Amino acid sequence: MTQSSTPPRTYEPELVRLPAGGSRAAARRVEREDLVTFINAAFSSTGQREFYGDAAGQAISIDFLHEYIHGNYRRLYARCLAVGLNHFNTAKIIAKLLASSRTSGHGWHEEGRLVTAALRRLPAPQAFRLLRRLAERRVNNRRARAIARQWLRERPDPDFDAVKYRGALRAIVRHCHLRLPDERGRFLFEGAGGKPYAHPLFEAYRRARHDTRAIYELPFTVAEGFAARHGIDRAKFLAAIEPRMTQRERVRMKQAGVREGVDVRADLDALTLTRLSSYVVTRPLEERRARALELHQALERAARRTLARQRWRLGSVATVLDRSYSSSGSEEKRRRPLALALAGHYLLREAAERYEAHWTPALREEPGVSGPESVLLVDPYGSTDLATPILAALRSRPSLVVVISDGYDNDPPGGAGEVLRVFRERLDPRAHSVIVHANPVFDANDFSPRALTPSVPTLGVRDASDLPTMLAFARFAAADAALDGLHEFLEARVAAFIGPEPEPEPEPEPEWEVVS
Amino acid sequence: MKRGEQLRLDFTGLRAAPSQVVGNVRLVPLVRDEPIEALRLYTVPYSADLTTVRLDDHTAYTAYVPHALVVELPKHGGSHTSLGAQLVRPKDKPESVFRVQVLQRLARREDPSRLRLLPQHLALDAYLSVGFAGPNVPWPEYSREVLSQGLSPRSERSYRGTDIPGLDDALRVFELHPQQVGVLVFVADAFASAFIAPHPADYRRLHRTLLQNMYGELLVQYAVLQPETSALWQRLDAASIDSLDALSQAIDGVRREWSAFAALMASGLMTAEVEAHTVNRLGGFRLMRFLPSFHPDAENHVGEAIVDADGRLAYLETFRLSAAQARRGRLLATLVAADWELDATAQALQTTRPELLARLRNNGLGQLLRSHVR
Repeated sequence: MTQSSTPPRTYEPELVRLPAGGSRAAARRVEREDLVTFINAAFSSTGQREFYGDAAGQAISIDFLHEYIHGNYRRLYARCLAVGLNHFNTAKIIAKLLASSRTSGHGWHEEGRLVTAALRRLPAPQAFRLLRRLAERRVNNRRARAIARQWLRERPDPDFDAVKYRGALRAIVRHCHLRLPDERGRFLFEGAGGKPYAHPLFEAYRRARHDTRAIYELPFTVAEGFAARHGIDRAKFLAAIEPRMTQRERVRMKQAGVREGVDVRADLDALTLTRLSSYVVTRPLEERRARALELHQALERAARRTLARQRWRLGSVATVLDRSYSSSGSEEKRRRPLALALAGHYLLREAAERYEAHWTPALREEPGVSGPESVLLVDPYGSTDLATPILAALRSRPSLVVVISDGYDNDPPGGAGEVLRVFRERLDPRAHSVIVHANPVFDANDFSPRALTPSVPTLGVRDASDLPTMLAFARFAAADAALDGLHEFLEARVAAFIGPEPEPEPEPEPEWEVVS
Repeated sequence: MKRGEQLRLDFTGLRAAPSQVVGNVRLVPLVRDEPIEALRLYTVPYSADLTTVRLDDHTAYTAYVPHALVVELPKHGGSHTSLGAQLVRPKDKPESVFRVQVLQRLARREDPSRLRLLPQHLALDAYLSVGFAGPNVPWPEYSREVLSQGLSPRSERSYRGTDIPGLDDALRVFELHPQQVGVLVFVADAFASAFIAPHPADYRRLHRTLLQNMYGELLVQYAVLQPETSALWQRLDAASIDSLDALSQAIDGVRREWSAFAALMASGLMTAEVEAHTVNRLGGFRLMRFLPSFHPDAENHVGEAIVDADGRLAYLETFRLSAAQARRGRLLATLVAADWELDATAQALQTTRPELLARLRNNGLGQLLRSHVR
């Protein structure tokens, strides 16, 4: 038996030796490795609790990475916004960039445009939370104010925002010294306390304090608070507020609706593949069995929609999907790793010409559901034997093998890593089969998603629709990749992300005017 | 206590799977290819803070008991009913602060197909009753109390699983094998305890009770002093592998080595000879508890087991005595074997009489002796 604190990390003598180009080449290698580590981490980490790691450890680990990359490679740090990192890390990067002082050179201009573009793509709740946090941290420079103002000006329905995100918007407006037109300012700061409003939504908010009928004109999250305050019966409330729910709120409240005997119409096609998959694996088994065909077809349609956007085709693909007990995630990320495995399964099945899936532990025969739908009944259970399904996947010599697993391989420990290493060294030295390990879990101690073996690139993945990007990125994670390639990759992503140079800004409209 | 039979525990039918390590805790799953269907286990949780068990008219065993185990023959079995535990309140108020319950016997036949036992406590009671009655010959060296009342009250201390840092996390993230019926617990790679159930379904239910079990002081010390255990793994020899079949065989070989390795690490229990007493019978099964050799160099596990007619284990739960407890056990067992005669005992321990007296004193057994002898 060999001893090591973490099984997959083997000692690689050639990585310790100085490369041929001397210290400059060594510095470039370090730069590439740092960036790859960061991008990998920023794809998967959300600072939430994982199956093996607690939230505090996750937060410390990802905070350090941000601090380190921001301090050493500020320009590349900003460019990471274009790669499509998860929302948590995008918000973190924006906050860090806006909070720190000006850099020299034309990186400054690019940075501003990257931040504006990234902020525009964040979901509204996350963006409001980010701007509010900047206000709380007293980040008040001209650029931060301008970007916040620009973003608010582009919001499609500012009156709705004022009601739904009233607290956050008030903090931002006060912090950035923005003047609001007509009633909106009064509504933000006086709320329901003052005189009647002319605007129907504001007026509904004011009346909701004393009139339970007005509650149902408000957005769901705001109405919920008033309903609790008036002690309205849950079933009655859900039935009446149902038309005002957003698509995701409908899906979220569907279960509550069933419990209360209210029909909440949820449109599964409004969800992305990963969200839908997450929804499926958190349903009870009986429900999944009863709705197998409906869920299966919805997942297939979601996979097709993702593919249609990305125009992505593959040859022969084999997947190794981990549904062991650790894929149950945590209270904060319930069954997230399992949901990703299922989403990856549907996505790659649609994208590939020939496809086979190997689950570990193998799927059991379930009564009542057969054929491709039987995969819907996956549940996280059992130990992780990755070696056997990887061997089974390699037998058909597919051109691409994707392993979706948290990298904790315990039957036998390190077995998968050894199989992959020996396969690369002895059986497939020319890399006829491309093998990629996609890991949905960020390992705080490693500052990266846990790897199976150094000879196979490990990529953090949060959303199954990121898989095409991740596969494009995989070649930089290999030990012998060049830094130039990574720079070109980033530059191409940046160009696509921020688009062509914008027209000179038009005169600001009267709303959101800065108080002089 | 009369002498029991000397035997080795029979682990036939059980196979160790590769271990899972979290922090300082290594859990080795035991897998049974053919589960025992003829016997089922379940727990009855106790909410009392203190449980007193009447062993006979003059003796009581008192401990914190988190739950009882009920062993049942399923073919006779009815519903899982609660088993009459009498609750006694020492004070009228506040009743919820500290509750005491009184039970009859540590292992009791509730009806023809059902047996209730207090896991681990049955075994610990066997350890506590070594020499408990005191000398049967009134040797002049022993104090009056010991001659009239025996060693009462005899007490030992143990720790709950929650006191071992890292054990709760290790049990939480442990990934059960589908056919798993048991587990070997190692703390800082010291063998802490073994638990075996007849059926995988029973084990799944009882997995979390390992946290409520008792562990010796030694293991808590080890756990505090060594927060990390290195994960072991096996490197394959790449040079000899030229096909996927060979690779597959190599992995199977690694699994077999893991099994042998677990048996080696747990050899303190698996190959040791124990002194077993039959406590009760149920159908074709026999409930027994066992005492170790008390040898100071060996691991000393006390425990209880249910074995079938061929002696194969259906249920096992053990408690590892700490070194001091093993020394006390050894002194008392030797005294009993020598009819409490000090010279003969000293001879059996290959030592001198003054040395034996010093040992008794140092091991907290000084109160056995009259003051002039001490």
